[in-house]
Amino acid sequence: MSYSNLKRVDLIFDKECNPKEIIKNTWAKSNDQIINELLESGLKGRGGAGFPTALKWKYTAEQPEPDKYIICNADEGEPGTFKDREILFKVPQKVFGGMAVGAKVIGAKEGFIYLRGEYRFLLPELEAQLESFHEILKDLKIDFRIKIIMGSGAYICGEESALFESMEGHRGEPRNKPPYPTIAGFRSKPTVINNVETLVYAFMICMHGARKFKDLGTADSRGSKVFSISGDTPKAGIYELELGMTVEQFVEEFGDGDTKAVQVGGASGFCVPRKKFKETIIGFEGVPTGGSMMLFNSSRSMFNVLHNYLEFFEEESCGQCTPCRVGCQQLILGIEAVKKGERHASYLEHLQKLAQTMKITAKCGLGQSVANSFFSIVENFKEEMIY
Amino acid sequence: MPEIKELVKNLASKHGKTRESLIPILQGVIHEERYISDEAMTEIARELDISAAQVYGTATFYSFLDTQPRGKYVIRVCRTISCAMKGKNLITHEIEDMLKIKVGETTQNKKFSLLETNCLGWCHKGPAMLINDDAFTDLTAEKVREIINQYIKK
Ligand SMILES: Cc1cc2nc3c(=O)[nH]c(=O)nc-3n(C[C@H](O)[C@H](O)[C@H](O)COP(=O)(O)O)c2cc1C
Ligand code: SF4
Repeated sequence: MSYSNLKRVDLIFDKECNPKEIIKNTWAKSNDQIINELLESGLKGRGGAGFPTALKWKYTAEQPEPDKYIICNADEGEPGTFKDREILFKVPQKVFGGMAVGAKVIGAKEGFIYLRGEYRFLLPELEAQLESFHEILKDLKIDFRIKIIMGSGAYICGEESALFESMEGHRGEPRNKPPYPTIAGFRSKPTVINNVETLVYAFMICMHGARKFKDLGTADSRGSKVFSISGDTPKAGIYELELGMTVEQFVEEFGDGDTKAVQVGGASGFCVPRKKFKETIIGFEGVPTGGSMMLFNSSRSMFNVLHNYLEFFEEESCGQCTPCRVGCQQLILGIEAVKKGERHASYLEHLQKLAQTMKITAKCGLGQSVANSFFSIVENFKEEMIY
Repeated sequence: MPEIKELVKNLASKHGKTRESLIPILQGVIHEERYISDEAMTEIARELDISAAQVYGTATFYSFLDTQPRGKYVIRVCRTISCAMKGKNLITHEIEDMLKIKVGETTQNKKFSLLETNCLGWCHKGPAMLINDDAFTDLTAEKVREIINQYIKK
């Protein structure tokens, strides 16, 4: 496979890794040493929000509560991402290893993996892998256990506080923040919750040191990232690439020669039109992404794309707060009315105001991020919304 | 319904009787029955000593915790954009044709239900669908006919 202008990285799926060795070596270090190494690496969360992992662990470690938890977020529901499934399938021991190190640092004895219901077929193999991991911990006399909790088909449960609600046996309705999970998470105890990929990188940083990771990427987006690539591309699949590339470089490699837009970050992310490919960096300084990259060529209707995303949000909204519950419905009705000519094109501006209001007033990230795709698609493809 | 009583009792002794056991118990009922009946909900409420409204409220939040009767095999076709672009409609129509049901319906012999669902996490291999817990990808009309025929014979 050729990667003409993109640097391919192989940290996540590299099988040259002995979890027992890494854990033994890491346990010889102090918690401060581990946190400093992570801080030095510049690792930021891979679940979307991009919070520095070292700080999340540090804040939780500082809590005086005796009971704390570490949770691996494997709810992976963002349209266009499928890399966590592949990571859990191919290198589960590395995920467990990252959880164990996090548990050591914060002082947790119990960890949980919240696995989306759609991935239940992974469960038997994961349980078997977990058993052998628990053996390793037992050999090393480490008091930590991981349990797998199954989701039941709700995208919102990927939002951390909704995930805690779900684990506690309730409807997956997000909580008010603060308090943040570092102070009151699962069972209202200090909790670290990390994406699957974040945990593997943390473990790989324990294995290789911060340097190898830090040498990759840019000042704001250190390291590499696993991308889930789909849509109009001859090379759909999962790729680990160095951060800091532009959309133009990305399209040169993965496009089909006729790419008119790339949706970066899934339905809750941003649509980048062709005229902005050159100037847009994929990373925290440009368009952030949990790894979802969908390519659209000129045969696609961006109206249909937006409509599909809005239907997704409308159905997955937990319905708890009005701006999101009603806003999503109204945005769908609104763009349909403009398309059918029942409303004047200027109505789109009203809808943009509504999306903006949702950004400010919705309770959680779901309702707040609807405006991302709405604005970036409506503004860049206005004619497609109208005609 | 004595069987439901028995099932809920067994699930409760396996998962515990705390609020945190509620969803695993509901998932257990789905696994056996493919849907959670009113009787099952009342029974779970009794077993966990919470109100039936709590059980109902929780169950109805989750799309995989069906509260209306479903067939033995629940087919969920992904309707998110990547699969839609790769011809999801063709797949849905093929299944509708074969089973003589529309999306949302269950065959008369209670063997199949056909539903559409949001992103299944197989966007690079669309169109994709689940039948109960098993994933099928890179679907074509021909492939989907073969798969459904195998299930019909089961
Ligand atoms: C609606 C919504 C859905 C989310 N889904 C996921 C998810 O499936 N997986 C995930 O890791 N993070 C998801 N997140 C982000 C989590 O709330 C949380 O920030 C993340 O798990 C933290 O891990 P990280 O610091 O390693 O990125 C979601 C957030 C929102 C608002
Ligand atoms: S923004 Fe939407 S998903 Fe989030 S709490 Fe409000 S209604 Fe629920």
